[in-house]
Amino acid sequence: MVQDIDIADLKRITELIHSKYGYDFRNYAMSSFKRRILRIIELKSLTIDTLVKRLNDSPSFINEFLDELTVNVTEMFRDPSFWRIMRDEIIPGILLNHKSFNIWHAGCSSGEEVLSMAILLKEMGIHNDVSLYATDLDVNVLERAKSASYPAKNMDLNEKNYIRFEGKWSLRDYYKEENGRVTFDKNLFNNVTFRKHDLVTGDIFNKFDLILCRNVMIYFNQTLQNEVLKKFHESLFKYGYLAIGSKESLIWCDVANRFLVANNEEKVYKKIKD
Amino acid sequence: MNTRFNLNNSYKAVVIGGSAGSFQGITKILSQLPKTFPLPIIMCLHRLKHVRNGFVEALSIKSVFPVTEPYDKEQIKKGGVYLAPSNYHMSIELGNYFAMSTEEMVNNSRPAIDITLGTAAYVFREKLIGILLSGANRDGGLGMKLIKDRGGLTVVQEPTECMIDTMPKAALSLTKIDHVLRVDEIVSLMKEIDKQCK
Repeated sequence: MVQDIDIADLKRITELIHSKYGYDFRNYAMSSFKRRILRIIELKSLTIDTLVKRLNDSPSFINEFLDELTVNVTEMFRDPSFWRIMRDEIIPGILLNHKSFNIWHAGCSSGEEVLSMAILLKEMGIHNDVSLYATDLDVNVLERAKSASYPAKNMDLNEKNYIRFEGKWSLRDYYKEENGRVTFDKNLFNNVTFRKHDLVTGDIFNKFDLILCRNVMIYFNQTLQNEVLKKFHESLFKYGYLAIGSKESLIWCDVANRFLVANNEEKVYKKIKD
Repeated sequence: MNTRFNLNNSYKAVVIGGSAGSFQGITKILSQLPKTFPLPIIMCLHRLKHVRNGFVEALSIKSVFPVTEPYDKEQIKKGGVYLAPSNYHMSIELGNYFAMSTEEMVNNSRPAIDITLGTAAYVFREKLIGILLSGANRDGGLGMKLIKDRGGLTVVQEPTECMIDTMPKAALSLTKIDHVLRVDEIVSLMKEIDKQCK
Protein backbone atom coordinates (compact mmCIF):
# COMPACT_ATOMS: atom_id res chain seq x y z
CA MET A 1 0.00 0.00 0.00
CA VAL A 2 3.03 2.28 0.18
CA GLN A 3 3.20 2.82 -3.54
CA ASP A 4 0.15 3.94 -5.41
CA ILE A 5 -1.20 3.28 -8.90
CA ASP A 6 -3.01 5.84 -11.03
CA ILE A 7 -6.50 5.07 -12.23
CA ALA A 8 -5.15 5.64 -15.75
CA ASP A 9 -2.67 2.78 -15.25
CA LEU A 10 -5.37 0.46 -13.94
CA LYS A 11 -7.43 1.31 -17.01
CA ARG A 12 -4.47 0.53 -19.25
CA ILE A 13 -4.25 -2.92 -17.69
CA THR A 14 -7.98 -3.73 -17.82
CA GLU A 15 -8.26 -2.54 -21.44
CA LEU A 16 -5.27 -4.65 -22.45
CA ILE A 17 -6.56 -7.80 -20.74
CA HIS A 18 -9.95 -7.24 -22.30
CA SER A 19 -8.79 -6.69 -25.86
CA LYS A 20 -6.06 -9.32 -25.83
CA TYR A 21 -7.53 -12.08 -23.66
CA GLY A 22 -11.27 -11.38 -23.45
CA TYR A 23 -11.48 -11.11 -19.66
CA ASP A 24 -13.38 -8.07 -18.52
CA PHE A 25 -12.20 -6.48 -15.28
CA ARG A 26 -13.36 -3.00 -16.27
CA ASN A 27 -16.22 -3.11 -13.78
CA TYR A 28 -14.35 -4.55 -10.85
CA ALA A 29 -14.41 -2.61 -7.57
CA MET A 30 -11.51 -0.18 -7.68
CA SER A 31 -9.92 -0.45 -4.24
CA SER A 32 -9.50 -4.24 -4.12
CA PHE A 33 -8.50 -4.42 -7.80
CA LYS A 34 -5.78 -1.86 -7.14
CA ARG A 35 -4.52 -3.85 -4.15
CA ARG A 36 -4.39 -7.02 -6.27
CA ILE A 37 -2.34 -5.29 -8.98
CA LEU A 38 0.01 -3.85 -6.35
CA ARG A 39 0.35 -7.33 -4.88
CA ILE A 40 1.26 -8.88 -8.25
CA ILE A 41 3.81 -6.14 -8.91
CA GLU A 42 5.41 -6.78 -5.55
CA LEU A 43 5.25 -10.58 -5.74
CA LYS A 44 6.79 -10.75 -9.21
CA SER A 45 9.15 -7.78 -8.75
CA LEU A 46 7.55 -5.84 -11.60
CA THR A 47 6.56 -2.24 -12.29
CA ILE A 48 3.35 -1.13 -14.00
CA ASP A 49 5.25 -0.80 -17.26
CA THR A 50 6.96 -4.18 -17.07
CA LEU A 51 3.65 -5.78 -16.05
CA VAL A 52 1.95 -4.31 -19.10
CA LYS A 53 4.84 -5.47 -21.29
CA ARG A 54 4.66 -8.99 -19.87
CA LEU A 55 0.90 -9.20 -20.42
CA ASN A 56 1.46 -7.99 -23.97
CA ASP A 57 4.42 -10.19 -24.87
CA SER A 58 3.85 -13.51 -23.14
CA PRO A 59 0.35 -14.98 -23.42
CA SER A 60 1.35 -17.82 -21.11
CA PHE A 61 1.61 -15.28 -18.27
CA ILE A 62 -2.15 -14.65 -18.23
CA ASN A 63 -3.12 -17.72 -16.19
CA GLU A 64 -0.51 -16.97 -13.57
CA PHE A 65 -1.72 -13.36 -13.55
CA LEU A 66 -5.38 -14.36 -13.12
CA ASP A 67 -4.46 -16.74 -10.33
CA GLU A 68 -2.92 -13.90 -8.32
CA LEU A 69 -5.49 -11.32 -9.34
CA THR A 70 -8.55 -13.19 -8.17
CA VAL A 71 -8.97 -13.47 -4.41
CA ASN A 72 -8.70 -17.12 -3.43
CA VAL A 73 -8.97 -16.84 0.33
CA THR A 74 -11.73 -19.09 1.55
CA GLU A 75 -12.65 -21.49 4.35
CA MET A 76 -14.66 -24.66 4.74
CA PHE A 77 -17.99 -23.99 6.46
CA ARG A 78 -17.31 -20.23 6.58
CA ASP A 79 -20.20 -18.78 8.64
CA PRO A 80 -21.26 -22.08 10.26
CA SER A 81 -24.75 -20.68 10.91
CA PHE A 82 -25.19 -20.34 7.13
CA TRP A 83 -24.44 -24.03 6.63
CA ARG A 84 -26.82 -25.01 9.42
CA ILE A 85 -29.60 -23.06 7.68
CA MET A 86 -28.73 -24.82 4.41
CA ARG A 87 -29.00 -28.23 6.10
CA ASP A 88 -31.99 -27.55 8.33
CA GLU A 89 -34.17 -25.26 6.20
CA ILE A 90 -33.18 -24.50 2.63
CA ILE A 91 -32.31 -27.97 1.32
CA PRO A 92 -35.22 -29.69 3.12
CA GLY A 93 -37.39 -27.04 1.39
CA ILE A 94 -36.04 -28.04 -2.02
CA LEU A 95 -36.51 -31.74 -1.20
CA LEU A 96 -40.22 -31.18 -0.59
CA ASN A 97 -40.66 -30.76 -4.33
CA HIS A 98 -37.68 -32.46 -5.92
CA LYS A 99 -36.09 -35.80 -5.24
CA SER A 100 -32.98 -34.75 -7.12
CA PHE A 101 -31.68 -31.27 -7.88
CA ASN A 102 -28.81 -29.08 -9.16
CA ILE A 103 -26.49 -26.74 -7.27
CA TRP A 104 -24.14 -24.18 -8.82
CA HIS A 105 -21.12 -22.90 -6.92
CA ALA A 106 -20.32 -19.74 -8.92
CA GLY A 107 -16.77 -18.55 -8.33
CA CYS A 108 -15.80 -21.69 -6.44
CA SER A 109 -12.13 -20.73 -5.95
CA SER A 110 -10.11 -23.53 -4.34
CA GLY A 111 -13.27 -25.52 -3.65
CA GLU A 112 -13.72 -25.27 0.12
CA GLU A 113 -17.42 -24.44 -0.16
CA VAL A 114 -18.00 -27.20 -2.72
CA LEU A 115 -16.40 -29.64 -0.31
CA SER A 116 -18.47 -28.27 2.56
CA MET A 117 -21.62 -28.79 0.51
CA ALA A 118 -20.58 -32.31 -0.52
CA ILE A 119 -20.02 -33.23 3.14
CA LEU A 120 -23.30 -31.66 4.15
CA LEU A 121 -25.17 -33.63 1.46
CA LYS A 122 -23.40 -36.84 2.50
CA GLU A 123 -24.46 -36.31 6.10
CA MET A 124 -28.02 -35.67 4.96
CA GLY A 125 -27.87 -38.97 3.05
CA ILE A 126 -28.72 -37.34 -0.30
CA HIS A 127 -25.24 -37.01 -1.81
CA ASN A 128 -26.17 -39.18 -4.81
CA ASP A 129 -29.34 -37.25 -5.55
CA VAL A 130 -27.66 -33.91 -6.13
CA SER A 131 -25.55 -32.62 -9.04
CA LEU A 132 -23.04 -29.91 -8.24
CA TYR A 133 -21.46 -27.54 -10.77
CA ALA A 134 -18.43 -25.66 -9.59
CA THR A 135 -17.09 -22.87 -11.79
CA ASP A 136 -14.32 -20.30 -11.70
CA LEU A 137 -12.53 -18.22 -14.30
CA ASP A 138 -9.12 -19.16 -12.89
CA VAL A 139 -8.01 -22.51 -14.35
CA ASN A 140 -5.19 -22.95 -11.84
CA VAL A 141 -7.51 -22.60 -8.90
CA LEU A 142 -9.94 -25.07 -10.50
CA GLU A 143 -7.15 -27.64 -10.65
CA ARG A 144 -6.49 -27.08 -6.96
CA ALA A 145 -10.19 -27.43 -6.22
CA LYS A 146 -10.39 -30.73 -8.13
CA SER A 147 -7.44 -32.14 -6.20
CA ALA A 148 -9.32 -31.59 -2.89
CA SER A 149 -5.93 -31.23 -1.25
CA TYR A 150 -5.02 -28.46 1.17
CA PRO A 151 -2.22 -27.45 3.53
CA ALA A 152 -2.74 -29.22 6.86
CA LYS A 153 -2.37 -25.93 8.70
CA ASN A 154 -5.71 -24.75 7.24
CA MET A 155 -7.53 -27.60 8.95
CA ASP A 156 -7.56 -26.04 12.39
CA LEU A 157 -9.91 -23.27 11.27
CA ASN A 158 -11.92 -25.62 9.04
CA GLU A 159 -12.36 -28.10 11.88
CA LYS A 160 -13.53 -25.33 14.23
CA ASN A 161 -16.06 -24.19 11.65
CA TYR A 162 -17.25 -27.78 11.15
CA ILE A 163 -17.79 -28.15 14.91
CA ARG A 164 -19.83 -24.93 14.97
CA PHE A 165 -21.77 -26.26 11.99
CA GLU A 166 -22.60 -29.23 14.24
CA GLY A 167 -21.62 -31.84 11.69
CA LYS A 168 -22.28 -35.50 12.36
CA TRP A 169 -18.72 -36.71 12.67
CA SER A 170 -15.29 -35.16 12.71
CA LEU A 171 -13.82 -33.43 9.67
CA ARG A 172 -10.86 -35.79 10.06
CA ASP A 173 -13.06 -38.66 8.97
CA TYR A 174 -13.13 -37.17 5.48
CA TYR A 175 -9.44 -36.72 4.77
CA LYS A 176 -5.98 -38.31 4.98
CA GLU A 177 -2.94 -36.38 6.11
CA GLU A 178 0.48 -36.78 4.52
CA ASN A 179 3.59 -34.56 4.39
CA GLY A 180 1.86 -31.49 5.74
CA ARG A 181 -1.07 -31.76 3.34
CA VAL A 182 -4.50 -33.26 3.67
CA THR A 183 -6.42 -34.88 0.83
CA PHE A 184 -10.16 -35.36 1.04
CA ASP A 185 -11.98 -38.53 0.01
CA LYS A 186 -12.38 -38.31 -3.79
CA ASN A 187 -15.82 -39.91 -3.57
CA LEU A 188 -17.10 -36.62 -2.17
CA PHE A 189 -16.63 -35.18 -5.65
CA ASN A 190 -18.46 -38.02 -7.52
CA ASN A 191 -21.32 -35.71 -8.24
CA VAL A 192 -19.33 -32.53 -8.96
CA THR A 193 -18.60 -31.08 -12.40
CA PHE A 194 -15.79 -28.53 -12.40
CA ARG A 195 -15.64 -26.14 -15.34
CA LYS A 196 -14.10 -22.88 -16.34
CA HIS A 197 -16.69 -20.12 -16.46
CA ASP A 198 -16.41 -16.35 -16.27
CA LEU A 199 -19.39 -14.73 -14.55
CA VAL A 200 -18.81 -11.50 -16.43
CA THR A 201 -18.59 -12.74 -19.99
CA GLY A 202 -19.95 -16.29 -19.65
CA ASP A 203 -23.28 -17.64 -20.89
CA ILE A 204 -26.12 -19.14 -18.96
CA PHE A 205 -25.28 -22.84 -19.19
CA ASN A 206 -27.83 -24.66 -17.07
CA LYS A 207 -30.79 -24.28 -14.72
CA PHE A 208 -30.42 -24.66 -10.96
CA ASP A 209 -32.41 -25.11 -7.79
CA LEU A 210 -29.73 -23.48 -5.67
CA ILE A 211 -26.91 -21.08 -6.54
CA LEU A 212 -24.15 -20.22 -4.08
CA CYS A 213 -22.10 -17.15 -4.86
CA ARG A 214 -20.78 -15.91 -1.56
CA ASN A 215 -18.21 -13.13 -1.34
CA VAL A 216 -17.55 -13.12 -5.07
CA MET A 217 -19.62 -10.16 -6.24
CA ILE A 218 -18.03 -7.93 -3.58
CA TYR A 219 -15.16 -7.58 -6.07
CA PHE A 220 -17.52 -6.08 -8.67
CA ASN A 221 -18.93 -2.59 -8.88
CA GLN A 222 -22.71 -2.13 -8.70
CA THR A 223 -23.18 -2.08 -12.47
CA LEU A 224 -21.54 -5.47 -12.80
CA GLN A 225 -23.27 -6.89 -9.72
CA ASN A 226 -26.54 -5.96 -11.36
CA GLU A 227 -25.62 -7.76 -14.60
CA VAL A 228 -24.44 -10.90 -12.83
CA LEU A 229 -27.54 -11.02 -10.64
CA LYS A 230 -29.67 -10.97 -13.80
CA LYS A 231 -27.77 -14.05 -14.98
CA PHE A 232 -28.33 -15.78 -11.66
CA HIS A 233 -32.03 -14.97 -11.83
CA GLU A 234 -32.23 -16.48 -15.30
CA SER A 235 -30.22 -19.54 -14.25
CA LEU A 236 -32.58 -20.37 -11.40
CA PHE A 237 -35.74 -22.43 -11.64
CA LYS A 238 -38.76 -20.64 -10.24
CA TYR A 239 -38.71 -21.10 -6.44
CA GLY A 240 -34.98 -21.81 -6.58
CA TYR A 241 -32.62 -20.25 -4.06
CA LEU A 242 -29.71 -17.82 -4.30
CA ALA A 243 -27.19 -17.53 -1.44
CA ILE A 244 -24.82 -14.56 -1.24
CA GLY A 245 -22.30 -13.38 1.37
CA SER A 246 -23.39 -12.09 4.76
CA LYS A 247 -22.42 -8.52 3.84
CA GLU A 248 -23.90 -8.55 0.36
CA SER A 249 -27.41 -7.45 -0.50
CA LEU A 250 -29.91 -7.65 -3.35
CA ILE A 251 -31.61 -4.41 -2.34
CA TRP A 252 -30.02 -2.24 -5.05
CA CYS A 253 -30.34 -4.54 -8.03
CA ASP A 254 -32.94 -4.62 -10.81
CA VAL A 255 -34.11 -8.16 -10.09
CA ALA A 256 -34.63 -7.51 -6.34
CA ASN A 257 -38.43 -7.65 -6.62
CA ARG A 258 -38.31 -11.06 -8.27
CA PHE A 259 -36.85 -12.55 -5.13
CA LEU A 260 -38.17 -13.07 -1.63
CA VAL A 261 -35.92 -13.06 1.42
CA ALA A 262 -35.77 -16.69 2.58
CA ASN A 263 -33.30 -15.97 5.39
CA ASN A 264 -32.14 -12.43 6.04
CA GLU A 265 -29.38 -13.16 8.51
CA GLU A 266 -27.70 -15.65 6.16
CA LYS A 267 -28.63 -13.80 2.96
CA VAL A 268 -30.56 -16.53 1.21
CA TYR A 269 -33.12 -15.44 -1.40
CA LYS A 270 -35.86 -17.32 -3.20
CA LYS A 271 -36.83 -16.61 -6.80
CA ILE A 272 -40.58 -16.01 -6.93
CA LYS A 273 -41.01 -14.41 -10.37
CA ASP A 274 -39.58 -15.21 -13.80
CA MET B 1 -14.39 29.65 20.89
CA ASN B 2 -11.88 26.92 21.58
CA THR B 3 -9.80 26.52 18.46
CA ARG B 4 -6.90 24.52 19.81
CA PHE B 5 -7.20 21.98 17.01
CA ASN B 6 -7.03 24.50 14.14
CA LEU B 7 -9.91 22.86 12.32
CA ASN B 8 -11.29 24.13 9.06
CA ASN B 9 -14.82 23.51 7.89
CA SER B 10 -14.10 21.24 4.97
CA TYR B 11 -13.84 17.84 6.69
CA LYS B 12 -15.96 15.07 5.21
CA ALA B 13 -15.37 12.07 7.48
CA VAL B 14 -13.75 10.73 10.65
CA VAL B 15 -12.04 7.33 10.64
CA ILE B 16 -11.15 5.56 13.87
CA GLY B 17 -8.86 2.55 14.31
CA GLY B 18 -8.22 0.47 17.42
CA SER B 19 -8.49 -2.99 18.86
CA ALA B 20 -11.09 -4.66 21.04
CA GLY B 21 -9.14 -3.12 23.95
CA SER B 22 -10.18 0.36 22.86
CA PHE B 23 -13.83 -0.55 23.39
CA GLN B 24 -14.12 1.67 26.49
CA GLY B 25 -12.51 4.64 24.76
CA ILE B 26 -14.72 4.25 21.69
CA THR B 27 -17.82 3.95 23.85
CA LYS B 28 -16.91 7.17 25.65
CA ILE B 29 -16.41 9.02 22.36
CA LEU B 30 -19.64 7.72 20.81
CA SER B 31 -21.71 8.37 23.95
CA GLN B 32 -20.66 12.03 24.13
CA LEU B 33 -21.09 12.96 20.48
CA PRO B 34 -23.14 16.10 19.90
CA LYS B 35 -26.58 15.22 18.50
CA THR B 36 -25.84 17.42 15.49
CA PHE B 37 -22.48 15.79 14.70
CA PRO B 38 -22.05 16.53 11.00
CA LEU B 39 -19.64 13.87 9.75
CA PRO B 40 -19.86 10.14 9.17
CA ILE B 41 -17.71 8.11 11.57
CA ILE B 42 -16.05 5.05 10.07
CA MET B 43 -14.53 2.57 12.52
CA CYS B 44 -12.23 -0.37 11.99
CA LEU B 45 -11.54 -2.26 15.19
CA HIS B 46 -9.75 -5.56 15.61
CA ARG B 47 -12.22 -8.16 16.73
CA LEU B 48 -12.77 -11.89 16.92
CA LYS B 49 -12.88 -13.24 13.40
CA HIS B 50 -15.59 -15.78 13.93
CA VAL B 51 -18.00 -13.88 16.09
CA ARG B 52 -20.31 -12.07 13.73
CA ASN B 53 -22.78 -10.68 16.25
CA GLY B 54 -22.64 -8.72 19.47
CA PHE B 55 -19.98 -6.08 18.92
CA VAL B 56 -22.08 -3.62 16.99
CA GLU B 57 -24.96 -4.09 19.42
CA ALA B 58 -22.67 -3.43 22.40
CA LEU B 59 -21.34 -0.25 20.80
CA SER B 60 -24.84 0.93 19.94
CA ILE B 61 -26.10 0.76 23.52
CA LYS B 62 -24.37 3.94 24.61
CA SER B 63 -23.76 5.62 21.27
CA VAL B 64 -25.69 8.79 20.42
CA PHE B 65 -26.13 7.43 16.88
CA PRO B 66 -26.90 3.81 16.01
CA VAL B 67 -23.81 1.89 14.93
CA THR B 68 -24.14 -0.33 11.85
CA GLU B 69 -21.98 -2.75 9.94
CA PRO B 70 -22.42 -1.58 6.37
CA TYR B 71 -23.21 -3.76 3.39
CA ASP B 72 -20.90 -4.01 0.42
CA LYS B 73 -21.43 -0.93 -1.84
CA GLU B 74 -23.51 0.88 0.80
CA GLN B 75 -23.37 4.68 0.48
CA ILE B 76 -21.65 6.58 3.30
CA LYS B 77 -24.12 8.97 4.88
CA LYS B 78 -23.89 11.97 7.16
CA GLY B 79 -24.76 10.94 10.70
CA GLY B 80 -23.80 7.34 9.98
CA VAL B 81 -21.57 5.51 12.45
CA TYR B 82 -20.08 2.48 10.74
CA LEU B 83 -18.11 -0.50 12.01
CA ALA B 84 -16.08 -2.84 9.79
CA PRO B 85 -17.76 -6.29 9.93
CA SER B 86 -15.89 -9.33 11.24
CA ASN B 87 -13.76 -11.31 8.80
CA TYR B 88 -13.98 -8.71 6.00
CA HIS B 89 -11.64 -5.92 4.99
CA MET B 90 -13.58 -2.68 4.59
CA SER B 91 -12.50 -0.16 1.95
CA ILE B 92 -13.85 3.23 0.98
CA GLU B 93 -14.39 3.70 -2.76
CA LEU B 94 -14.38 6.86 -4.88
CA GLY B 95 -18.01 7.96 -4.90
CA ASN B 96 -18.20 7.60 -1.10
CA TYR B 97 -19.34 4.06 -0.60
CA PHE B 98 -18.04 0.98 1.20
CA ALA B 99 -16.58 -2.12 -0.42
CA MET B 100 -15.94 -5.37 1.43
CA SER B 101 -13.31 -7.96 0.62
CA THR B 102 -12.10 -11.30 1.92
CA GLU B 103 -8.51 -10.85 0.78
CA GLU B 104 -5.56 -12.22 2.76
CA MET B 105 -5.10 -10.87 6.27
CA VAL B 106 -2.99 -7.71 6.55
CA ASN B 107 -0.89 -7.31 9.71
CA ASN B 108 -2.49 -10.56 10.85
CA SER B 109 -5.83 -8.84 10.80
CA ARG B 110 -9.09 -8.91 8.86
CA PRO B 111 -10.49 -6.29 9.03
CA ALA B 112 -7.18 -4.45 8.77
CA ILE B 113 -7.08 -0.85 9.92
CA ASP B 114 -4.44 0.05 7.33
CA ILE B 115 -6.89 -0.85 4.55
CA THR B 116 -9.80 1.20 5.90
CA LEU B 117 -7.60 4.19 6.76
CA GLY B 118 -5.55 3.98 3.56
CA THR B 119 -8.56 3.85 1.22
CA ALA B 120 -10.32 6.61 3.21
CA ALA B 121 -7.20 8.78 2.82
CA TYR B 122 -7.28 8.16 -0.93
CA VAL B 123 -10.92 9.16 -1.24
CA PHE B 124 -11.20 12.02 1.28
CA ARG B 125 -7.61 13.39 1.06
CA GLU B 126 -7.18 16.51 3.23
CA LYS B 127 -10.84 16.33 4.23
CA LEU B 128 -10.29 13.39 6.56
CA ILE B 129 -9.68 13.14 10.28
CA GLY B 130 -7.93 9.94 11.36
CA ILE B 131 -7.89 8.75 14.98
CA LEU B 132 -5.89 5.74 16.20
CA LEU B 133 -6.54 4.35 19.66
CA SER B 134 -5.09 1.66 21.91
CA GLY B 135 -4.08 -1.55 20.17
CA ALA B 136 -1.74 -4.49 20.30
CA ASN B 137 -0.14 -4.58 16.87
CA ARG B 138 1.25 -2.15 14.31
CA ASP B 139 -1.84 -2.22 12.11
CA GLY B 140 -3.07 1.34 11.50
CA GLY B 141 0.34 2.99 11.62
CA LEU B 142 0.74 2.96 7.85
CA GLY B 143 -2.86 4.09 7.37
CA MET B 144 -2.20 7.10 9.60
CA LYS B 145 0.88 7.94 7.56
CA LEU B 146 -1.21 7.85 4.36
CA ILE B 147 -3.78 10.18 5.93
CA LYS B 148 -1.01 12.57 6.93
CA ASP B 149 0.67 12.37 3.51
CA ARG B 150 -2.59 13.33 1.83
CA GLY B 151 -3.07 16.33 4.10
CA GLY B 152 -5.61 14.95 6.55
CA LEU B 153 -5.65 15.60 10.30
CA THR B 154 -4.09 12.85 12.42
CA VAL B 155 -4.76 12.07 16.08
CA VAL B 156 -3.46 9.22 18.25
CA GLN B 157 -4.42 8.31 21.78
CA GLU B 158 -1.86 9.35 24.41
CA PRO B 159 0.27 6.16 24.70
CA THR B 160 0.47 6.35 28.52
CA GLU B 161 -3.33 6.18 28.65
CA CYS B 162 -3.48 3.11 26.35
CA MET B 163 -3.99 -0.39 27.65
CA ILE B 164 -1.55 -1.46 24.93
CA ASP B 165 0.32 1.30 23.13
CA THR B 166 1.85 -0.56 20.15
CA MET B 167 -0.66 0.87 17.70
CA PRO B 168 -0.37 4.61 18.47
CA LYS B 169 3.40 4.25 18.85
CA ALA B 170 3.63 2.67 15.39
CA ALA B 171 1.86 5.69 13.93
CA LEU B 172 4.10 8.09 15.85
CA SER B 173 7.18 6.35 14.50
CA LEU B 174 5.97 6.49 10.88
CA THR B 175 4.75 10.06 10.55
CA LYS B 176 4.41 13.41 12.29
CA ILE B 177 1.09 13.05 14.10
CA ASP B 178 -0.83 16.31 14.60
CA HIS B 179 -2.25 15.63 18.04
CA VAL B 180 -1.54 13.12 20.81
CA LEU B 181 -4.67 13.18 22.98
CA ARG B 182 -6.37 11.48 25.90
CA VAL B 183 -9.83 10.08 25.24
CA ASP B 184 -11.56 13.00 26.98
CA GLU B 185 -9.62 15.39 24.77
CA ILE B 186 -10.80 13.41 21.72
CA VAL B 187 -14.32 13.94 23.03
CA SER B 188 -13.58 17.72 23.03
CA LEU B 189 -12.21 17.44 19.51
CA MET B 190 -15.46 15.88 18.35
CA LYS B 191 -17.38 18.76 19.94
CA GLU B 192 -15.20 21.27 18.15
CA ILE B 193 -15.71 19.43 14.85
CA ASP B 194 -19.43 19.77 15.47
CA LYS B 195 -19.07 23.57 15.84
CA GLN B 196 -16.67 24.10 12.94
CA CYS B 197 -17.86 21.69 10.24
CA LYS B 198 -21.46 22.73 9.70
